[in-house]
Amino acid sequence: MNAIKSCDISVAITGSGGAGAITAGELLLSLAGKNGCFGMMRRSFGPQIRGGEAAALVRISHSPVECMNDTFDLLLALDWRNADRFAEEIALRPDSLIIADPSAGKIPESISELGVDIIEVPMKDLAKAVPAGRPNMIALGLLSHWLGFCSDEAGRLIVEVFGRKGEEIVAGSRAAFNAGFTEPLIVEARESRPRAERGQASAMQSRWHFNGNQGCGLGAIRGGIRFAAAYPITPASDLLEWLSPRLEQLGGSLVQAEDELASINMVIGASFGGVPSMTATSGPGLALMTEAMGLAVASETPAVVVNVMRGGPSTGIPTKSEQVDLNMALYGLHGDAPHLVLGALDHVDCILTTEWSVRLAEALQTVAIVLTDQNLAQSTVLVPEPEYHLPEISGRSTAGPQDDYLRYDVTDSGVSPMAIPGTADSTYVADGLEHTESGKPSTAAADHLAQLDKRERKISSFDYGDHWADIRGEGPTAILTWGSTAAVVREASSRLQAAGHEVKVIALRLLMPASPDKLAQELQGIERVLIVEQSHSRQFYHYLRSFYEITAETRTLARPGPLPITPAEIVGQIENWS
Amino acid sequence: MNQATQAIPIKPRDYKSELKPVWCPGCGDFAVLNAITKALAFMELPREDVALISGIGCSSRISAYTSLYGFHGVHGRALALAAGLKAARQDLTVLVAGGDGDGLSIGGNHFIHACRRNMDMTYIIMDNEVYGMTKGQASPTTAPDWADSKLTPHGTGIRPFQPAGLALTAGASFIARGFTGDPNGLAKILVAAIQHKGFSFIQALSPCPTFRPEQMQWKHHVREFDSETTSNPIEAAQRIQADDGMSMGIIFQNEYPVFRPGTGVDAGMGSIESEFTV
Repeated sequence: MNAIKSCDISVAITGSGGAGAITAGELLLSLAGKNGCFGMMRRSFGPQIRGGEAAALVRISHSPVECMNDTFDLLLALDWRNADRFAEEIALRPDSLIIADPSAGKIPESISELGVDIIEVPMKDLAKAVPAGRPNMIALGLLSHWLGFCSDEAGRLIVEVFGRKGEEIVAGSRAAFNAGFTEPLIVEARESRPRAERGQASAMQSRWHFNGNQGCGLGAIRGGIRFAAAYPITPASDLLEWLSPRLEQLGGSLVQAEDELASINMVIGASFGGVPSMTATSGPGLALMTEAMGLAVASETPAVVVNVMRGGPSTGIPTKSEQVDLNMALYGLHGDAPHLVLGALDHVDCILTTEWSVRLAEALQTVAIVLTDQNLAQSTVLVPEPEYHLPEISGRSTAGPQDDYLRYDVTDSGVSPMAIPGTADSTYVADGLEHTESGKPSTAAADHLAQLDKRERKISSFDYGDHWADIRGEGPTAILTWGSTAAVVREASSRLQAAGHEVKVIALRLLMPASPDKLAQELQGIERVLIVEQSHSRQFYHYLRSFYEITAETRTLARPGPLPITPAEIVGQIENWS
Repeated sequence: MNQATQAIPIKPRDYKSELKPVWCPGCGDFAVLNAITKALAFMELPREDVALISGIGCSSRISAYTSLYGFHGVHGRALALAAGLKAARQDLTVLVAGGDGDGLSIGGNHFIHACRRNMDMTYIIMDNEVYGMTKGQASPTTAPDWADSKLTPHGTGIRPFQPAGLALTAGASFIARGFTGDPNGLAKILVAAIQHKGFSFIQALSPCPTFRPEQMQWKHHVREFDSETTSNPIEAAQRIQADDGMSMGIIFQNEYPVFRPGTGVDAGMGSIESEFTV
């Protein structure tokens, strides 16, 4: 295996839809894993199903990375169609390298004017010379050579990935890869250019390769989910597609519902039947589910809703990321409806937070909304096999046969044992009407107060332990953030630390119930607070102002999507504070 | 479950709760409650193995008046909630009940999809052609010239749904019409509906003495269908179209494939986790 010569490199592969940019990116990331690296890949799509634009944004590093870098070192363009749509997403520097096909036409001015270094390789012609060869496999070969990857590993990977498509495709892909890998233009270019000689690939340890949606799916089934109902919506659909066959493997099922109103009600029905249940959706779907989430709260039926945030309001920007459903998740339910809201902080955290949410929803017999976003959900990471420890949480409290069963018994903890259909004698009617302890509908003030108190108490008095936030570093400056922005803040903080700025990063995982005392303790001695989020209206800032006491000087770095917040923006904000 | 220790209730009243219904005197819904309890007693189904799911409206209050497991959910979504329950617990007998507004207006989409999905459950629409709980507005089954609602003082001007025809087109595998003036006949239909494998739809004409007192005359107009149950959807469509909506009986029954999701065996987490490893 050749040693990797550059320790942190960002590569963009662009092409019109169907050109295979995404496939090339995915294979490149897999190869990075097989060559001892870590990395991440974000997909950027237009709204078109075919014929639009697609870009694979890949970051490859010797140490695990959780977010994309500020700029790209290398851009490989399979063609230049629609390249302008990516211009703002793929920031280049004057020392970035471009690999392009001369037959694809003139390099857009926005790129050539940067003065970048350009290598022209006729990828299309090279592919044509190989039976069943495709330009994207030529591109993979070029990039693998540039990155110093082992070509044997690539051969094995191509068999793994394309094996099902038949021998002709496998042979064509391998031959095209090799043609790219040994192409004199790239070999010479690599030899003639100085490269950084930093770092070392770490010893091969077990690595996981997954996207945020798959992480949530795994967390859900680890938590015990065995039923799901859902309606397709971008960018949550691939979570559901991942879940469907796997729930069947576990003896459970996923039902495709007629709409989101049905899916959340199916979840409530299945959970009433004793089976831990969930759905996944995105903003518009969450809006449709809010009424029934109120039902789950009032009837104390556990339900988990994973909401993958995308640009809003309305249909908004469905294929791009934004942290803008926080308000709806916190406040969208009608009535006084205490429930849980959690946000996953990175890819591994998608597993942890979803598993924790399932366990909490089951134990507390309430709704847990898990917030992720398109950025996490549809980007893939290559990370060390994750290990995490959740506090012990007992499962759903169930009732045996009882003659005078009180489903909504007012207990000290607020949690009342739930009889599961099939249990003799303890039959009851779960109700969204306010009710007595037995479940009988009631409009009496005393019953309303007792049940409101009970539903609030079970959530507020529960001990959530240390998982309410992910806290790293110490220093006079604290950065408060949530969701996928946390990974960007962490990267910024390590750069700041390298530059001599001590920063404490507090990323809130448990958003509701709020933990004001715990945060106050963490903010002791803090002089400055920067609040970072991807929302135009500063939803997270207003949430913090509502539930927490923050006395230090406070500033915000908040802006909308679709462009991800970069580590450099955060570093700049801290360095130029005064 | 627990049948060894639990004496099976055999009397219809054993399936009732002690709660007094909110329904007005003379309301047809009392007869639906009686028909359900009679059918269950006849079938000797253990209470704990039956769930009655309902939405919102006068008739949807019915779940609380039984001693079954029940869910009184949100307006229009009873069928969806029931589908989730049945998918997760295929051992249970699932009944769904509600009004014409709940099932055909706010819940209309779930109705057609429940017909099409054909899960093994029984759905009773207690049809009184009016919203009673909100004090008398027109529903999707109200005649276009009914002008007694302040909300639509000139009538709706819209032709009503034909629930049986709607169910047929949407793919229901059992379609019947019953009348609350004949609770025994309704109970018989219910037994056949519960025994039927698939989605059974019953339109129960259930007069509203408060907002539609003229419906108290229905008893003089209803009759038995003059032909046997058919398994032919074309014949069923003709029968439904030719009828004035006052003929009672099982109109259509067919053995369409029943949707039973995920009846697999738990193969464990191991192979799923290994997918993540490079």
